[in-house]
Amino acid sequence: MALLEVRDLSVQFQTAHGIVRAVDRVSFELEEGQTLALVGESGSGKSVTSLALMGLVPSPPGSVSAAAIRLDGRELTTLPEAELRRLRGNEISLIFQDPMTSLNPMLTIGRQLSEVLEVHRGMTRREARRASAQALGEVGLAEPERTLECHPHQLSGGMRQRVLIAMALLCDPKVLLADEPTTALDVTVQAQILELLRERQERCGTAILFVTHDLGVVASCADRVQVMYAGRLIESGPCEQILAQPSHPYTQGLLRSVPRLTGDPGQRLEGILGAPPDLAALPTGCAFHPRCDLADALCAEQVPELEVQGDAANARRAACFRLVRDQGDADPREAGGTP
Amino acid sequence: MTHLLQVHDLHKHFPSASRSITGRPTAWVRAVDGVSFDIHPGEALGLVGESGCGKSSLARTLVGLHTPTSGSIRFDGTELNGLSRAGWKPLRKRMQMIFQDPYASLDPRQTVASILAEPLAIHRIGRPRERRLRALQLLEAVGLNPAHLQRYPHEFSGGQCQRISIARALALEPELLICDEPVSALDVSIQAQIINLLRDLQERFDLAYLFIAHDLAVVRHLCSRVAVMYLGRIVETAARDELFGDPRHPYTRALLSAVPNPDPQVERGRQRILLAGEIPSPSSPPPGCPFHPRCPERSQVPDDRCVREPPILAARKPHPGTSARVCACHLPI
Repeated sequence: MALLEVRDLSVQFQTAHGIVRAVDRVSFELEEGQTLALVGESGSGKSVTSLALMGLVPSPPGSVSAAAIRLDGRELTTLPEAELRRLRGNEISLIFQDPMTSLNPMLTIGRQLSEVLEVHRGMTRREARRASAQALGEVGLAEPERTLECHPHQLSGGMRQRVLIAMALLCDPKVLLADEPTTALDVTVQAQILELLRERQERCGTAILFVTHDLGVVASCADRVQVMYAGRLIESGPCEQILAQPSHPYTQGLLRSVPRLTGDPGQRLEGILGAPPDLAALPTGCAFHPRCDLADALCAEQVPELEVQGDAANARRAACFRLVRDQGDADPREAGGTP
Repeated sequence: MTHLLQVHDLHKHFPSASRSITGRPTAWVRAVDGVSFDIHPGEALGLVGESGCGKSSLARTLVGLHTPTSGSIRFDGTELNGLSRAGWKPLRKRMQMIFQDPYASLDPRQTVASILAEPLAIHRIGRPRERRLRALQLLEAVGLNPAHLQRYPHEFSGGQCQRISIARALALEPELLICDEPVSALDVSIQAQIINLLRDLQERFDLAYLFIAHDLAVVRHLCSRVAVMYLGRIVETAARDELFGDPRHPYTRALLSAVPNPDPQVERGRQRILLAGEIPSPSSPPPGCPFHPRCPERSQVPDDRCVREPPILAARKPHPGTSARVCACHLPI
């Protein structure tokens, strides 16, 4: 049984421009010790997905619905708020993207860390403080005792991100949701943070949902990948396969758009035409069809479902009519997928 | 070959916010600390470095948004340091800047037509009708359509706003474009479009670029020569293929090895150089080589020379048939 099981998760927001479907019937499973990358561009719904799992979507204007969200066999959708609060930060926790704004500027780092332990573990202040210092040491901060006394503004971005990671890991969560945890950081610091998460996962078997737009980061840390576009999952599968041989035209385009450090630098980047759609005014049919080279009449009419590609054992799925129809052909697009 | 832009030993130091009892600043942030480089006409020079290394301060100093503390900036032979306002004006036409945040760099209360015509009006070029026509041409050049002329910046996406910024920068037919992280706020699919656009424009208008970015892969796709900056100084400059194929400075090597590659086989097979710590504060840079506290190869230099003596940017042996490369390191690399 999967550690985290999500079935048909949808999130809607009531806005001045009408109802926005930020996440549309997303289903996935996350196993113990596994890293699942949730990839997409801005507005694709990847961050809202992680907020919804934590029960942090503000309502109103938001509303979350799901057939099931099961954490270690326990159903979260029907859990009362008080119970949910016991789980948050304890069994499932979240690292936010922005290390500058997700710490309380008025409180010392020590206060913010030990609060978590006092609430969830019922520790005394002194115990919580000792445990907090240890946690800061574990994430590679050089002077944990001194850092405890600091306010957030006294720390650099990389140090703050380490504090947030330490905070998220304080109670040894089974599931860690990491929402673009390295996006605000420089590459050399990013490399340190990714290494830190990897070590932790190996040691504790933490399951990580890694939300990111950076396909390089995905390649370096993910076991499985899911690609989102306009609120829907459009492709999923093992990391190596998706990145080496993407089957959905959007994933292919995304990979072709990325400038790389290898290959011919003189070659033009074959991006994707147009821009991601406005979620309040989605195109009919497949949301990607106005930007897709392969789109035909059917794509403009009906929404493709996520379907198994090839034999069922490889667990690859994609939501594209053209793939289903063209299956069995020697697909020229697959070869073009990795420049 | 003549130089379009020649920068020599440029310094830009900012006073810290705290003042002593006599009102003097207690410290100086050495954002740009002795930078030298040059750009040929039509050449794209990339400038890479991590946040806080001084690359944006450098860009702003070059276009006159900051006054240099010391040093020389020569544009086509004219010294810019100490130039009067009147002296600047004809040169401004020839060097333009594109900023990182496309929303913040466009006036929200001006239409696109007025944004694009403003540089022409300031420099008294053409009549209003002609300026409008030119605005249309510019829109076409950056891949937008005439219907966009009457709209306001908030009606556009980030990628489209960046196209408008580029069109505005091109209005005066500059010879040098200084681009400060022009694609880092954009999504990958949009980023690729803008990179392609910048490449096309360079060819079409024979533009020279100073292209500032923290993303090495982006720089590799756009620039023929690359300079690497660390803590206010340039540590290495080389032709693109040399820098990416055979980086010499330990920082360049670490930086390159830290960039994740979207190819999972390449990504998992390679060795990373993990640097310890972070960039020190530019208000109290370490003595000697600014990189020495994080340098993995420091032990190879005898007598703690890295701590005592700052290395100078000196010529290194280039590969046969390629241009000169320079590197600031005590190691014989």
